[in-house]
Amino acid sequence: MRVPVKIILCLFIWAIMPAVARPDAGTNQCISCHQEIESEDGPAHVFVRDIHFQKGLGCQDCHGGNPALDDMEAVRTSTGYRGVPDRLAIPEFCARCHGDAGFMHEHNPSLPVDQLSKYKTSVHGMRLLQHKDRKVATCVSCHTSHRIADARMPYSTTYPTNLPSTCGACHSNQSYMAEYGIPTDQEAKYRESVHGKALLVKKDNSAPVCNDCHGNHGAAPPGASSLSAVCGMCHAVEAHLYDLSPHKVAFQQQGLPMCETCHSNHDIEKPSDSLIGLGANQLCANCHNPDDQNSAPRQIDSVRVYLARITAAADSAVRQVREAGVKGMMITDEEFTLKEIDQNRIQIRSSIHAFSADSLVPYVKDGMTKSMTVKTEAAALINEYYFRRWGLGISSIIITLLALALFLKIRSIGK
Amino acid sequence: MKPRTPSANERPAEPEYQGKQNDISRRTFLDRFMVVGSLGLLAAVLYPVYRFLVPPKSVEANVSQVKLPFGRKEIDADPHKAKTFRFGKQLGIILLAPTGELRAFSAACTHLDCIVQYRLDMGLLWCACHNGRYDLTGKNIAGPPPRPLEKFVVNEEGADIFVSKGNV
Amino acid sequence: MKVASSGSPKKQLGNRVYDWIDGRFNIRGLTTYMSHKVVPVHGHSAFYYFGGLTLFFFLMQVATGILLLMYYRPGADSAYESVRFIISDVSFGWLVRALHSWSANLMILMAFLHMFTVYFTQAYRKPREMTWLTGAGLLGLVLIFGFSGYLLPWNELSFFATRVGTGMVRSIPILGDYLMVVLRGGEEVTGATIGRFFGLHVAIMPALFSMLLAVHLLFVQRQGMSEPLSWQAKETQSKRFMNFFPNFIYRDLLLWLVALNVLALLAVLFPDGVGVVHWPLGDKADPFSPPPEVIRPEWYFMFAFQTLKLIPGRVLFMEGELFGVLVLSAGGIIWALVPFLDRASQHGRLSRLWVGFGVVVVTFIIVMTILGYVIK
Repeated sequence: MRVPVKIILCLFIWAIMPAVARPDAGTNQCISCHQEIESEDGPAHVFVRDIHFQKGLGCQDCHGGNPALDDMEAVRTSTGYRGVPDRLAIPEFCARCHGDAGFMHEHNPSLPVDQLSKYKTSVHGMRLLQHKDRKVATCVSCHTSHRIADARMPYSTTYPTNLPSTCGACHSNQSYMAEYGIPTDQEAKYRESVHGKALLVKKDNSAPVCNDCHGNHGAAPPGASSLSAVCGMCHAVEAHLYDLSPHKVAFQQQGLPMCETCHSNHDIEKPSDSLIGLGANQLCANCHNPDDQNSAPRQIDSVRVYLARITAAADSAVRQVREAGVKGMMITDEEFTLKEIDQNRIQIRSSIHAFSADSLVPYVKDGMTKSMTVKTEAAALINEYYFRRWGLGISSIIITLLALALFLKIRSIGK
Repeated sequence: MKPRTPSANERPAEPEYQGKQNDISRRTFLDRFMVVGSLGLLAAVLYPVYRFLVPPKSVEANVSQVKLPFGRKEIDADPHKAKTFRFGKQLGIILLAPTGELRAFSAACTHLDCIVQYRLDMGLLWCACHNGRYDLTGKNIAGPPPRPLEKFVVNEEGADIFVSKGNV
Repeated sequence: MKVASSGSPKKQLGNRVYDWIDGRFNIRGLTTYMSHKVVPVHGHSAFYYFGGLTLFFFLMQVATGILLLMYYRPGADSAYESVRFIISDVSFGWLVRALHSWSANLMILMAFLHMFTVYFTQAYRKPREMTWLTGAGLLGLVLIFGFSGYLLPWNELSFFATRVGTGMVRSIPILGDYLMVVLRGGEEVTGATIGRFFGLHVAIMPALFSMLLAVHLLFVQRQGMSEPLSWQAKETQSKRFMNFFPNFIYRDLLLWLVALNVLALLAVLFPDGVGVVHWPLGDKADPFSPPPEVIRPEWYFMFAFQTLKLIPGRVLFMEGELFGVLVLSAGGIIWALVPFLDRASQHGRLSRLWVGFGVVVVTFIIVMTILGYVIK
């Protein structure tokens, strides 16, 4: 049966001929040439992991030119070749596609298309477009040019945990930022802050990072009055109470930014109760004096006292319960109440933002009651611990005496 | 009358007989002591048994199903139309949905463990700590919470409400 | 005036009761027989009490077990909660549970000591071969008691230990899978397993154990205490005996009182055990959570567990685990048949071979147990 074999062989050769006959079809010459001349982390190498490449776009879609040509001069003189765009032109360059809703709809309908208009309102945008400042951030400064990744991917430069470094690449560089007159310690401060630790150490992706407060494309420092909207997105209770408090008007009149005045902006720390008071290092003393004629000094002192009282009560309750636990008693019920006491203290500390001592009273009363109750329960458990040992002692004595009597009896009846 | 003289077997005890008497009395003392001691031991053993057999106030131990100490009426009467309850080591929240249905969830916010509330004005479960929000199926819809709230199964039998874990 | 010549009113009452029973059941022959029972007195007489102490702890188990039954509820949804309830809410519940846990361990320890002292005094020799066999059966039952009871609190510790333990029967050829499914009440360890182990622990085992124990005790009472070989060879005049009633009984009771005191001390001061014998209630069993880093069987199974762990994956033509199970089983069978294998003892002579075998076995068990705790 040699004829069928020959036919099959011919068919086979005919089928693979297109691939063999035209070696250039399907290969992007830009990439293959540039990969040869570049280092391992050059654009042509990293581009294969870029999201544009994965969506089917090639070098030519941004840089123009004919990707089938393998001769550099031919490429440069071919129609549509754009080469590397000028830095000042990058935002418009990217917006050609990313600002075109109809176009983006075919590739990723969920992506926003307002990046350019937002960018124009940002500090970066305004300096670039109006002052022709080449040092400010453009699209590629944050997203990179050839290894752009979906922001939801952990290896993306715009993934939350990578953002501090991305922004800090410029903003932490003292010599680079020297002419702008703004601090360069934001990244360092943020990393030490409560939000930074939550994001970078505890891996809580819901913790705020640069763009949550500053915006990303429309990046600008939040204004003094808009800070409450920013912080209040998560800290809604505190912001709400503050808005109803006397501090809101007072701060506005003095041009003081809310939240930031007491809590700082980048190096936000876990607040301590010791900050409340009129003493030397205490926050309230920054504005208030002990001999002020308003109710402030009295209220500040009341709040300070309430906090001290509830802290003392809660701490001693915890100690008592822990002691019962260490002694081997079952403390699950008591631990439950301790959690409620924790919740109560959170409520008290939130209520401070109303800046009214009286509003704390119901919470403090509740907390004190709970602390008293759990302390009594823990004390009962500790008493039970000692009762058991007393019971053991008495039983042991009875047994020992009985054993002794039996021993004497044995002796008396002889062997 | 003739004076009575002591006869032989009424003679007062001789030293040797005296010792034997002491022996006997010591033995009797020992025996008595042992009886008393045994009774004491018996008491020390039976008292805890006696107390043990009397059931404590909370007669049931079950925690994979809990009967709530209140009924639908109390939940309806509450201004927030919701109440918290203890479920083993967890805290739960049961609410009266606008549909009239009773729904129960774990009350611990999945972000940082604060206790959530039912907000009638928002029509959802809200966590005061960082403004986290869950819809009435327990799904996390806004704010930091990374996961939905654990949903419990609610069964009403007459006036009693029973809450149990979802299928595990 | 009538003078009571035979003694105190108490003694009179005792006599009246005895006469009442004797008149109906004719026990005089039996009581006379038993009043003549004697126990040899020699350097190793102390060993005679170990069996009684094992019995004491067993009686403690029965009593505390019955009390626990008042509140324990088998089932995946209620077992753990009911034990927690007993420990935290029921009056003296913590005490009953602690006593039950400690007494279990002490009973098994005492059973091993009893067995080894019997072995090394060759008390198993003729005519007491059946006593030894029933004792072997009792030891097996006691280990099943321990294994089945351990699961009942349905906590993390016991769940994973049971999973590993029941999984091992799989290595038995042909019947292995069947046995495992029957043991577990299913493919996995679930609430169904609790049901089976509970039935085993509170009904089947107590019935079997009580029957076998009655036979064992009957044999001991009928045959009396065994005499050590060296003592047996002495002249009759130089042999010392003591009466079983009341001398031995009083001494036995004294030891029981001491054991009770020790048990009470341990139960109150270490309610959750101590060191490697540790049984805190901990968390409820969760089949979906990852097993704890260290899963350990109870100390009395540790030597077998460690032996199996040390055997390579494949030995000769069979799986290592099966080989290990076979070797351990063979060892157990030889141990049970020692009275028949130790020919010398049948003729009243000491066999160095069998004493040596005993030393090897004890050393092996001790070393393997220690290794089990030292090697992670």
